[in-house]
Formats: sequence, structure tokens, C-alpha cells
Amino acid sequence: MDYSKFLSDKVQSIKPSGIRKFFDMLSTMKDVISLTVGQPDFPTPYHISNAAVESITKNKTYYTSNSGLIELREGISDFLRRRYDLSYDANSEIIVTVGGSEAIDMAFRAILNPGDEVIVPEPCFVCYSPLIEIMGAKAVPLYTSVDDKFKVTADKLRPLITDKTKAIVLSYPNNPTGAIMTKEDLEAIRPIIIENDILVLSDEIYSELTYGRNHVSIASLPDMRERCVVVNGFSKAYAMTGWRLGYVAAPHEIMAQILKLHQYGIMCASTASQFAGVEAITNGDEDVKYMTEQYNRRRTYVVKRLNEMGLECFEPEGAFYVFPRINGFGISSEEFCQKLLDEKRVAIVPGDAFGEGSEGFARISYAYSIEHLTTALDRIEEFVKELKG
Amino acid sequence: MDKKLLEMLEHDGRLSTKQIAMMLEKEEGDIKKIIEEYEKSGVILGYKAIVDWDKTDREYATALIELKVTPQYNRGFDAIAERIYNYPEVQSVYLMSGSYDLCVILEGKTIREVALFVAQRLAPLEAVQSTATHFVLRKYKDKGVIYGPANFDERGNLN
Repeated sequence: MDYSKFLSDKVQSIKPSGIRKFFDMLSTMKDVISLTVGQPDFPTPYHISNAAVESITKNKTYYTSNSGLIELREGISDFLRRRYDLSYDANSEIIVTVGGSEAIDMAFRAILNPGDEVIVPEPCFVCYSPLIEIMGAKAVPLYTSVDDKFKVTADKLRPLITDKTKAIVLSYPNNPTGAIMTKEDLEAIRPIIIENDILVLSDEIYSELTYGRNHVSIASLPDMRERCVVVNGFSKAYAMTGWRLGYVAAPHEIMAQILKLHQYGIMCASTASQFAGVEAITNGDEDVKYMTEQYNRRRTYVVKRLNEMGLECFEPEGAFYVFPRINGFGISSEEFCQKLLDEKRVAIVPGDAFGEGSEGFARISYAYSIEHLTTALDRIEEFVKELKG
Repeated sequence: MDKKLLEMLEHDGRLSTKQIAMMLEKEEGDIKKIIEEYEKSGVILGYKAIVDWDKTDREYATALIELKVTPQYNRGFDAIAERIYNYPEVQSVYLMSGSYDLCVILEGKTIREVALFVAQRLAPLEAVQSTATHFVLRKYKDKGVIYGPANFDERGNLN
């Protein structure tokens, strides 16, 4: 049967996730040491898991309000205020979503018309462009560079803006580079965003994982709250990836539209996860502090070793990835990663999985134990030595 | 930073000085020195593996013994504690608050061996007024480590 006539042209035109393809290949191989995973290696803190278990045994297994449990939204509102100086009304400006991914999808659907342009800084997480394109809008890549520490600069942003530009995506701390944008960095692009009257979709899922300084949300800058949609969630900060719990915060005019999409498509996030979320956001600060400290030690270890073995690596200040340069050997990043996998059984993700501009780099996750990292880095060091011949 | 170093080693005694130095952004030589000082001054007393003997064919029995003892003039409980902890069979000795004085953890090859040790070595001591022996039936968790099937990380983390 010819299914193509039954299937949506738009959906068929979207490419499947490149990073998944790589993982699928990996899962068929044995004895591979992987540095590819994008989730914490810590278990969800016990008191958080327990809150969900308790909610289930006490039969709190009903639907919640579409926007999510009010105590969770209040917890989120309080958290955003105390951590990032953001002010969102728990009743009308916060919706609890099925992970940050749903929040991103809903936000794009709420704001985009066919023909709109959205500026997407690359390298970045893989979901933005497909979700933009499915709306008939156009993703316009902004290639950040290692010389700018993978930040969005005014000089790179200005020439990309047209009269069709509807929004820009900011995804900091960044996956895959580990880059952050400081208050000064954000201040530098703020006038351009305001002048051109565009929105910001700020994906701040790694906001709790910064090293040395606190995350700054662009929505906390003057006159920005009204044009920002802030996406965040529990996955990375509290080691809760499988719980699928995120949220979106924005002015209520935007939220009213997002709420409709969420009502019809999702109803509400899983109730047990929401109860875990209440515990996490009210009593989880110490857990985050502990995990961040562990990540930080691994980060310094990995950066130092990579630089020592000649894989030049800018210092990431957030998330749990490093993004070393691997192009000094006359082979493409994909070849480098494939060879490393074949010869040394170590898996890292080639940079081009995160956008065309990322050739010459690779993503290494350090959300692994130090023994694991040491073994893997020893093998990479051997590999690099052999390549240099 | 010293507290960090100690916490790291308490969690994993096999970390190399190189690993620690890189994680804490210090010189390896300095870390070596600090650890040596800790070892000399007795802040770090030793490094051991945590073994689940149930997974081997070695027989063993562990007991917790509550001892009520008469403290000694001038030396309090120290003298009697010392007499007890010098036996290699004795794993731990704690001075306790509450209804008894010393908590002794004993390890032997068999229950009989442990029982005999209590009867022949501990009970006859002059300062010991009474003993109550509790045998351990199963270890679930010790020194922060859960006993049971090997930890398997589905994400492929090497433990």
C-alpha cells in the first residue's frame, strides 16, 4: 500500500533525529564506553520519588487542573522568583507540561504562522527546527562560534533579522556546548530584540547546572518579561528525566493560547510526577547543590584532560557537556567519532548532530562516574596519540 | 577544600591523586602531600574494600553484643574498651548512651565461634556485668552501600 498519500506531507518532510540514529546504532554494539548520554547519572533523590509513591498509595490518581496542581505552580512561581528574579502569577502565567519538550512545542504552536521566521542559534538541541517547520514557519540558523564562546552576539544576530522574524530561541546553558550567556551578554542583544519587536523562547532547562555563577534569565532584564516565553523543567536539575515534568511561564495573553493546546492535546502532566515535583521544588535545593558540585568536579577533570591530550576545549560554564575541537586530524567529526568507536570502543556524539555549523567538534557528556570518565578518557588519549602518529 | 578532599576519599578510597587534583583544580603534588599528612596524623586511618561475603562460599557470622560494664576509676570506659578492641575478631566498639555501655560488633567463621568468643573472652572480664548477643541475619546496607545484586546502571555507567 502506498502510505505516502495518507501521511501528512509536512510530517514526512521532517528528518528523524540524527542523535537518535547514533544511539540506535550504539545500542547494537557491545563493550562500548559511552559518553553520549544527555541525562544525569544520579538517581532521583529518594524523598522526591517517595512523594510520588505516597500520592499513588493515597489514591491521588485523578486528573489535576489542566495547568497543573496549584501547589506545584505556586512552588514554581516561588522558585522562579527566588532563583532568577522572575515574577509569574501561579494562576494565569504558569503551565505544568510533560517535560520541557512539550512546553517548547506548545510555545511554537501558540505563536507561529506560516511564513514566520525563527532564529535558532546553533549548535543546539535537535528539537527546535523541526517543531518550527511543522508550523510552516522557517528556522533561520545563527551559527555561534567557539571564538564567541558559543554565545549569541549582536553582530551575528542583527543581519539575520527580517520583517518576517517572529522570535529567537535562546537555549542557555547550552546543550551541546555547555556555553552560558551572562547578564552582560544578554544585555548586548536585548536592544536588538526590543527594537525589532520580536519574541524570545528561552529554553532554560539546564539553568540550575551552572558552575561559578548563577544563571540569568533574559526575562529578568528590563522590558523583556512581556516578550519572553520561559521554558524550564525538572529533568536535569533534580535528575528526573523519566518523570517527564516541565513547565512554561509567559505573560497570560500568550499562556491563554498555550493552555488551549495543552488542554486538548495533553490534559495535564502525570499526577504522580506533579506530586514529586512539589517535593522537588520545595525541598530539593540541597540535592541540586550536591549534584552540581559533583558535576563541577567532573567538568574540571574532563576539560583539563582533554586540553592536555591536545583536544582543545573551551571551558563550559553550564549543563553537563564539553564540546572539544576534533578537527586537527584531517578527518571529519563523523569519521573521528566512528573511528574512535571502532578502534577504542568509546562513543561520543559528532558535532554535526547539533547543526550544520558544528562540524569539527564533538559532544562529550560528563554525567558519568569518575571511574567511567577516566577509563573513557584514557582510551581517547591513546586514540589521539595514534592519530597524531 | 580539605573537607571536600576527605569527603571524596570517604566516598571512594580508590580515587587517584591525579584524579582528585584535576577535579579540585590543584597540583597533584599538593594533593599527595595533604593526603600523606592526613595519613600521618591519623585523620585518614585506612582504606578498605566493601565485600559482600554472601556472594562467596566463605562462611561467616556477625553479631552485635550489648555490654554493660563497670567503668574503671580514673580511666572510665577506655581501659575495658581497649581490652576488647584489641581482639582481631572485634570489628567495632562503640561507647553508647542509653541502656547499655559498649556496643561490640564481632565477626567469626560460625555462630558457634562467635558465641564461644563471648562466653570465653568477653563475659569473664571483670568489668563486664552482663552481655546480650544479637546475631545478624542479613546485611541490607553497610557503610552507605546497599547489599544485594550488583548495581547495574542502565545507562551504561561503569561503576
